[in-house]
Amino acid sequence: MPDLLIELFSEEIPARMQTRAADDLRKLVTDGLVEAGLTYAGAAAFSTPRRLTLSIDGLTAESKAVREERKGPKVGAPDQAIEGFLRGAGVAREDLEVRDDKKGQVYFAVIEKPGRMAADIIAEVLEKAVRNFPWPKSMRWGEGSLKWVRPLHSILCILTDEAGAAVVPLDVDGIKSGNTTQGHRFLAPDPFSVMNLDDYEAKLKRENVVLRADERAEAIWNEATTQAFALGLEVVEDKGLLAEVAGLVEWPVVLLGQIDDAFLGLPPEVLQTSMKEHQKFFSVRNPKTGRIERFVTVANMETSDNGATILAGNQKVLSARLADAKFFWENDLRVAKAGMQPWLDSLANVTFHNKLGSQKDRIERIAALARAIAPSVGADPDLAEQAARVAKADLSSEMVYEFPELQGLMGRYYAAEASLDAQVAAACEEHYSPLGPSDDVPTAPISVAVALADKIDTLTGFWAIDEKPTGSKDPFALRRAALGVIRLVLENGLASELKAVIEHAYDKLLEHYKSRFALTFKTTSGSHRQPHADTLAMKEPAASDPFWWIDLSILSQNFADDADAFDALTKRDMFDETKFARLFEKEPVVESLLSFFHDRLKVFLRDKGIRHDIIDACIAMPGNDDLTLLVKRAEALAETLATDDGENLLQGFKRANNILTQAEEKDGVEYSYGADVKFAEDDAEKALFAALDAADAKIAPAMAAEEFSTAMTAMAALRAPIDAFFTDVQVNADSEILRRNRLNLLSRIRNICLSVADLTKIEG
Amino acid sequence: MADKPRSFQDIILRLQTYWASKGCAILQPYDMEVGAGTFHPATTLRALGSKPWAAAYVQPCRRPTDGRYGENPNRLQHYYQYQVLMKPSPPDMQDLYLGSLEAIGIDASAHDIRFVEDDWESPTLGAWGLGWEVWCDGMEVSQFTYFQQVGGHDCKPVSGELTYGLERLAIYILGVDHVMDMPFNDPQTPIPLTYGDIFKQTEQEYSRWNFDIADTEVLLQHFVDAEAECQRILDAPAQDPKTGRMIIMAHPAYDQCIKASHVFNLLDARGVISVTERQAYIGRVRALAKACADAFVQTEAGGAAA
Repeated sequence: MPDLLIELFSEEIPARMQTRAADDLRKLVTDGLVEAGLTYAGAAAFSTPRRLTLSIDGLTAESKAVREERKGPKVGAPDQAIEGFLRGAGVAREDLEVRDDKKGQVYFAVIEKPGRMAADIIAEVLEKAVRNFPWPKSMRWGEGSLKWVRPLHSILCILTDEAGAAVVPLDVDGIKSGNTTQGHRFLAPDPFSVMNLDDYEAKLKRENVVLRADERAEAIWNEATTQAFALGLEVVEDKGLLAEVAGLVEWPVVLLGQIDDAFLGLPPEVLQTSMKEHQKFFSVRNPKTGRIERFVTVANMETSDNGATILAGNQKVLSARLADAKFFWENDLRVAKAGMQPWLDSLANVTFHNKLGSQKDRIERIAALARAIAPSVGADPDLAEQAARVAKADLSSEMVYEFPELQGLMGRYYAAEASLDAQVAAACEEHYSPLGPSDDVPTAPISVAVALADKIDTLTGFWAIDEKPTGSKDPFALRRAALGVIRLVLENGLASELKAVIEHAYDKLLEHYKSRFALTFKTTSGSHRQPHADTLAMKEPAASDPFWWIDLSILSQNFADDADAFDALTKRDMFDETKFARLFEKEPVVESLLSFFHDRLKVFLRDKGIRHDIIDACIAMPGNDDLTLLVKRAEALAETLATDDGENLLQGFKRANNILTQAEEKDGVEYSYGADVKFAEDDAEKALFAALDAADAKIAPAMAAEEFSTAMTAMAALRAPIDAFFTDVQVNADSEILRRNRLNLLSRIRNICLSVADLTKIEG
Repeated sequence: MADKPRSFQDIILRLQTYWASKGCAILQPYDMEVGAGTFHPATTLRALGSKPWAAAYVQPCRRPTDGRYGENPNRLQHYYQYQVLMKPSPPDMQDLYLGSLEAIGIDASAHDIRFVEDDWESPTLGAWGLGWEVWCDGMEVSQFTYFQQVGGHDCKPVSGELTYGLERLAIYILGVDHVMDMPFNDPQTPIPLTYGDIFKQTEQEYSRWNFDIADTEVLLQHFVDAEAECQRILDAPAQDPKTGRMIIMAHPAYDQCIKASHVFNLLDARGVISVTERQAYIGRVRALAKACADAFVQTEAGGAAA
């Protein structure tokens, strides 16, 4: 069985695309071959910066012949019908066979598809693969129309069997296939021919190309760690960078270099980021001090001076880069030490969202919100407000402008330089957290207050302007923000009145617009009114006025004084809806956001093994905006329902509830009061009265103290008396008095259970 | 080993000689303030249409925000780019490029030369292409781009564009640490001049002007004027009533586009353009560039039938 070797040789393929492209090539070609009737034993794809390679072994030499019979029209059918059949089957009239069928003589077409040679199929499949390759971005070059990631230079395509290797002829846009390739661009530029994969890989290695990306990555890592170890240092692990660097070289040569002493005072994160982002260097750390002291660069070249020139060049480039970083750092430190005010001022020019104002506007809101939240998280309100005010200052710093990924972290450094409280400095970094489901949740009260305020302001703002996530679209990462709030609350065990906080955030938003004269409103008659010009004060719209409108033209301006604002106001005499954004009413916004939190909470708890119906049963209870309480309740309920008593109690409750609901519907009254033990006849009935009294005595105080387990255990203890009651007692007694008393007794069961959780929501 | 150039101008002269030997027309800088060599009509406009083209030139560039009063070792508000444009891009363009490095003293066997992904996009020109930044020992020495679109038009055939940042490249080749210390002419000459002798003072003067003095009101007016003039030029009927000829004035209109773009850069350096306005300004320049490209492809040089 022949083996197939394909190499697509091009100008340098972006590192980040290589692995995926090799995979795509394998898939496109093997799928095509199989579809055309070939089979194969195995396939493997490889990539280097200049080539995609595919090896398929154990390929069948040809596809099998296929014979197909098709039944056609009756003999004597109209010519049109017969012509149509011939066209569809692709045969001539004289080739039709006449056979006897139940209903008479019928035409049959016998279509013989001869087997095809593998080479023919490969040529067809490969050309199609090249022409339809799913590059993330592709280009044309010269005068051609073919698209590839960068200009494609040659195609190697050989089929090898016992008789030897043969080129599979094909021509894609003037590029003819052959059996040759090239080695390293500089070290071994001459073309050479190959016979099969082993020969190819061995010759490439001789010509200074390591075919396999994982082999290159491993060689780089081993050599780098060895060199670092010899100096008592360690390489900072970075798998992403390692994969990228392995895609930048065909012949990795690892060089360990020095960082000029002048830069060792920079924060290690700055060194690391600058070296990685700009130069693709690995950082080398002194394990004793934690400082980054050296770097590793990976060249694609062997030189007669063993890389001395290359290393010197790299060190020089690094020095220039770090000089820039140092320049930013030192400039930033000056601003930081003086209190960061210029940064805060310039955030007024950074738009957060065109309907939600600038970053500065947002900070104002977050600061107020953080202050309001502070007491409930055990934070000092003054410090929380201060932290919120400076938490985003670093967005204006030169370092963060250069390296956006250092936001927060630089804020922490700069806040420390500004001699702010250590808790404030920590909040600058931590308030972005948690970013993902596995990210650590801050626990320091100030950080928690700012993190909550930041996220809740974001959510409330986008909800107010109706930019909610839909389906897979969540451009503002609002799901992540909501999950962040949930984790902050739960993992810190915070008692949260989320509803009040959202309302507060909404009020702040409204207040913010009012103070900027950015609001107008639509009256019930449909006309639009602006704030009263004489006083420059907002007049509240009538309660019946449906919406607030944000004037975007005013929102985007920062007025030097009121006179300017006044001018801008009085100049406008038309209401142009394209220049306005609607701000939705508070109550629906709050309700909708709260239910979004509940949805997110369900997803979060589902991952922790708590069923959605259990959560629903708890969400239906009052105080559901306290997520900690909600989860405690859900956990206790899940635990109770997992017990035998709990499960049976649930059935008992459902039975009681069903009987009661039916009776209430039938009688048109509500049985909610007045079950009297004096009408109890049966022992089981009396026992149930006693049990309910006992449960009441336990459950009410336990619920008041939010001791859900206690309450639910007490509830579950009702199981036996309820079961006994249903076994021994007939609710629908002949005596109307007895019946009513028993229904009222069932109502007590229902009330007690519903005071713990809405068990009607539980499935099963 | 290739012999080493001894001065900044030596590097420029070698590039000129090299690319002339490869068949490029050696053009002179465009006589307007531009932010990059790409703005020269020999690149922007000539990348459009079907007519073959090969040109190389030095282009002084101005980036007001990069001014550092001549203090930064390699950041300047005025600097030079060397630009090559070949249409259609020849199949051996990478090798031609590597030949140019050798011509200016970079011996490929002693250095680590790499083509690192860098997609190029100019929002102001409505242009994009794919290519690389070329690294020599970790330093970016050139941009290499296959133009796919300019002024909103598909490039057919595709042009290959090379851009060398001359100061940075020269600092490296000549082994100096600060751009101002770099020999501009031959250091052995009776009157040796460094880059600083020529440009230190102007860097200071322009840095001050760019950042603090430039009259933003006047600049804003210049922008509006250039925009209006560009449109007015393009709105003129194609047939010239005086000569009776078809004369579409793509180049004069494009000059106004260049002007608007530079004024925008100056305004940006003065810090008077907010983030939201920025996008709007870029969009306005792009609209001009597109209109100029539309006009150019209707001219003879733009490949329209004469």
